[in-house]
Amino acid sequence: MDKKQKMHELRIFAAEVRLETLKVIKARGFGHVGGSMSLADAMAVLYGDVMNVDPKNPTWPDRDEFVLSKGHGGPVMYATLGLKGYYPIEEAYTLNQPHTKFPSHTDHLTTPGVELTTGSLGQGISEAVGAALGKKVQKLGGRVYVAVGDGECDEGQVWEAAEFAAHYKLDNLTCIVDVNGMQLDGPTDEIMGQGKGLAAKFDAFGWKVFEVEKGNEVEPIWDALQEALKVKDAPTAIVLHTHKGLGATFAEVSMEHSSQPSPEKWAEAIEASEKQLSDVRNEKV
Amino acid sequence: MSVTLVGKHEKDSRANRDAYVSAMLEMMETDDKICHVDCDLMNCIATKKLLKAHPDRTFNAGIAEANAVGLSAGLASTGMNVFVHSFGIFASRRVFDQAFLSVGYSEWPVHIVGSDPGVSAAFNGGTHMPFEDCGLYMNVPNFVIVDPCDYVQLYSLTKKLAYCGSPSYMRMVRKGIVKVYDDGSDFEIGKGYQIREGGDVTLIASGILVDEALKAGEALEAKGISARIIDLPTWKPLDEEIILKAAEETGAIVTCENHQVATGLGSAIANLLAQKKPTPMEFIGVQNRFGQVGPADFLFDEYNLRAKDICGAVDKVLERKAK
Repeated sequence: MDKKQKMHELRIFAAEVRLETLKVIKARGFGHVGGSMSLADAMAVLYGDVMNVDPKNPTWPDRDEFVLSKGHGGPVMYATLGLKGYYPIEEAYTLNQPHTKFPSHTDHLTTPGVELTTGSLGQGISEAVGAALGKKVQKLGGRVYVAVGDGECDEGQVWEAAEFAAHYKLDNLTCIVDVNGMQLDGPTDEIMGQGKGLAAKFDAFGWKVFEVEKGNEVEPIWDALQEALKVKDAPTAIVLHTHKGLGATFAEVSMEHSSQPSPEKWAEAIEASEKQLSDVRNEKV
Repeated sequence: MSVTLVGKHEKDSRANRDAYVSAMLEMMETDDKICHVDCDLMNCIATKKLLKAHPDRTFNAGIAEANAVGLSAGLASTGMNVFVHSFGIFASRRVFDQAFLSVGYSEWPVHIVGSDPGVSAAFNGGTHMPFEDCGLYMNVPNFVIVDPCDYVQLYSLTKKLAYCGSPSYMRMVRKGIVKVYDDGSDFEIGKGYQIREGGDVTLIASGILVDEALKAGEALEAKGISARIIDLPTWKPLDEEIILKAAEETGAIVTCENHQVATGLGSAIANLLAQKKPTPMEFIGVQNRFGQVGPADFLFDEYNLRAKDICGAVDKVLERKAK
């Protein structure tokens, strides 16, 4: 398949992920829309093409693994894994119901395809570092991808994990940094500034950094992930500049952390997302 | 019984930490999944020997305990069998959220080792003196918690923890301590050991208080009091059978621990007995105080952890039993 065709398919997948993310959250009526939607394109690129996984054999030792360290983005992961075939997507519409397999924050004991449990920010990146180290020690194939949020990078543990990964030269580890510019209480610049920026910080910690200004477009994300595959002896960070809530009409402007829109606003958002998907499908390649 | 008591109150010539290192070296030889993660304290517990023998499976995470515990969970997720060490204060208080979520809640069987428990922190002082480490782990539903009393027990339980299938927290005194058991004694997780027969009262002790309990047993015998002594290295899960039997047969219990009583062994036993066999109890241990600096001898006196304190508690509990 040529690259143009591949990118078109990934754009379709990203639009499907967005629509299903909304449907998953809408089933409960409220949830972490913003931080789920900002990551939809990266999820589509990872699971749609880059990652080597098999939903029929989810514990295959040489698989690529993904850890959602910003665990509150659960819905975008549930949408992606459902579309990928880990379970019928309708199952994820039980989000946050009693005894659901789809809790607010990702849990490897409940959800097929979820590798490690997250929700206490900063912990997922350490777990991912350990998984990458475990693959090295046992000479297993596959890489570990982990997504952290820019707000999450307030946590000191992120930087403990970063120094370890660089020191142990974990070149089978790639961290997606979702810089959507917002955290729960407001803009990250106002709540807790990141000095010279997260790209500079990961660079200073000894990581090879790829910065993607258009972090909600599949092609530059895909390009950066291909470059990351070539790096030896250092972990890689893909710093994505994204838009919180992108594709959710009620959250796109407010860039809110969690949302509980009215039924009318939900209907409007779903309709807009369906139109978006249909438009992408009809694009001429 | 597969254990043999020595009980002469004589110090083991070996440093206690070497029991851990020996057990780990042996396991690492035969099982290529066993690994050790340390937090810039390899020189304190002699795990440089592990690094030398197995550099591919011994990791120094630096002074970054939260990440050390988190990455241990990640290692375990790939099938590795991980032991991770720091001082007891850091291995409990500092990493509690990581231990709770990345390890316990996630059900990865990571083994956390905390050195210098309670008064054994001695010259590192109050900042480094964990009286609450086990108490914190008592809150995590699936953790096994052990407080070994000597070299032989530490060696044996390290090996048992590796294959217990649950996350665990183990206390480890670093330096040489009294030898309670003979070499070759073999211990089980979740089991208590009756090391002295008696019918008037039962002393239930763990860790470095086991030898004090043995001394108290001898002193009580001289006064005509027959004290049963149980060594209970596993705080969780409790050996309910041996405790309930002792309550039934002796009708009075004194617990002895190098830890806060309010969240420790005494409270766990009181909780059990209150439900199943209410029994007069007294508690030897730290009573709502912080640690402080000083030699271990001074600290034993300061926190009333001596055999004489145990004997005093026995007098009190026997008065209540008589009523």
